[in-house]
Amino acid sequence: MMKLSLGPILWFWSKQTVFDFYSKAAEWPVDTIYLGEAVCARRRELKPDDWFALARDLRACGKEVVLSTQTLIESEADLRRLRRICEQDDFLVEANDQSAVQVAVRHQIPFVTGPSMNIYNVASLVVLAKQGLRGWSLPVELGKDTLQQLLEGLSASGLELPAEVFSWGFLPLAWSSRCFTARHYNLPKDNCEFRCLQHPDGLALRSRESEELFRLNGISTLSGARYDLMRELPDMARMGVGTARLSPELHGMEEVIARFDQVRRGLLPETDPLTLVEAPPCNGYWYGKPGMAQVL
Amino acid sequence: MELVCPAGSLPALKAAVDNGADAVYFGFRDSTNARQFAGLNFNDKRAAEGIAYAHARNTRVFCAINTYPQPEGWAQWTAAVDRAAGLGVDAIILADMGLLDYAANKHPHIPRHLSVQGSATSYEALSFYKDNFDIRRAVLPRVLSLDQVRGVAKHSPVELEVFAFGSLCIMAEGRCYLSSYLTDESPNTRGACSPAKAVRWEETHQGLESRLNGVLIDRYGAGESAGYPTLCKGRFEVEGSVYHAIEEPVSLNTLDLLPELKDLGIAAVKIEGRQRSPAYIADVARTWSQALDNLDRTPGMFTVENAWRQTLSGLSEGGLTTLGAYHRKWK
Repeated sequence: MMKLSLGPILWFWSKQTVFDFYSKAAEWPVDTIYLGEAVCARRRELKPDDWFALARDLRACGKEVVLSTQTLIESEADLRRLRRICEQDDFLVEANDQSAVQVAVRHQIPFVTGPSMNIYNVASLVVLAKQGLRGWSLPVELGKDTLQQLLEGLSASGLELPAEVFSWGFLPLAWSSRCFTARHYNLPKDNCEFRCLQHPDGLALRSRESEELFRLNGISTLSGARYDLMRELPDMARMGVGTARLSPELHGMEEVIARFDQVRRGLLPETDPLTLVEAPPCNGYWYGKPGMAQVL
Repeated sequence: MELVCPAGSLPALKAAVDNGADAVYFGFRDSTNARQFAGLNFNDKRAAEGIAYAHARNTRVFCAINTYPQPEGWAQWTAAVDRAAGLGVDAIILADMGLLDYAANKHPHIPRHLSVQGSATSYEALSFYKDNFDIRRAVLPRVLSLDQVRGVAKHSPVELEVFAFGSLCIMAEGRCYLSSYLTDESPNTRGACSPAKAVRWEETHQGLESRLNGVLIDRYGAGESAGYPTLCKGRFEVEGSVYHAIEEPVSLNTLDLLPELKDLGIAAVKIEGRQRSPAYIADVARTWSQALDNLDRTPGMFTVENAWRQTLSGLSEGGLTTLGAYHRKWK
């Protein structure tokens, strides 16, 4: 059966909110949980030791835990945090940048790659496999045709590297050194007053015709529509995808996971309306179309 | 410091060479490079002419093959690497790990430069590319502050090239999928950002509107000058305010930073703009070449001449320039 994973929390939530979220997640039917700050170096509600403790707790609850790393590495302090994560050897590390691969290799830590690592062909996977890659995520802008070719190529090269597909949530699309939330409040990034805490699912950016385009989330930009590949789960399973990743939201996560769990078991999902943050659906990338498109 | 100039066409290449470029970079006429524009770039015959022209005048030539091949494009991209090697370029600019590996094994004698699209923002990432593909040089993304560039430069295992002038990418290059989210093409997949095929201009009663695949990017009132609808430079609404929520249409200009960049040991400064005209390239190359000459002739005494500033302002988006992320406050 396909695995379900809970991606790293891409938003900035208070420490208590994070603990509450994962205490519930411990009971949800997800196999893998990614923990850690993957977006902004200034988000330090949880210290590395808090994350490690959470990781041990969730493992004790039967979850496979992977420690995520920051996507855009800019400073020596960023590298110190990265090394801290790679200096433990209890948990797999999710490398979201070549910096993380390099540090993981030096510490001889096995790693997987997140969706922001640019893996577009089998040759790239072969390079990383030599370094200790244990699994990989499809970049969000790639669709099922490319994935199919990648899986066939992998199998032809004799590599066994489970693939993960970002399957539900707002798509992480870009990272900048500029903080767009701070910019919205006319605050300097270095003195941002942690305004992201007030926006647990980001700031909606719309066109002047009220079309939901993006979600501003600190230094990262996410899709304005919610990616949803629930209907494609049977296809993914047939293709041999190992894991479907669901990206945390503050509200409605339990119901979303319950539905994905039913679908992967071959059951029809409940049709109850969910209490999610209002956003249009999209699945265009999967079909090789503009990401924002919804193929019916 | 080496002045590296863009060449989107043979006339632009000659303009760069004639006006003081130490090196020029070009791409083939397809999506193997990050400036895929209709009517732009080189076929093999033109490339051979350009390389001969440049080499006869002691100017080096780099070939950019800096998009990310998917399995069905793999043969085309590796063929591009072979073509560049056959043409006798002085370096190949690459981003994809698989392609870097291919080039390192197949053509080990041709220097490899890591493209800005390779998103290396730390010396650990640079070490990854050095250890695995023996890159000689890397182009740093335009997201680092000068302090951060200093930190990277101090421990870098390879030569560094930084962006000096031209369009400003505000996102970490190589990891921005905004364009494929609104259209079906991105820099990584097709070498295109906000592709022209998806652009529509419409004069409406509310003003001139620019659209990208139907999405309203900007609307201009009377007297406002309109710019190309690069999606991150549009005006959008956030919590009721309409503004340039991501970035203003401005150009990067780092003339003021030249002495510091030199002190940091930066090997080369890069001019963006393979989509620009030969006249533009000539003006920019001449200005930067003069500035770099002055920098070498008068160590410790470098000042930016007004004439240079005026020339570059006139060539900038909206007539405005910025130090971008090099200046911490910009963030």
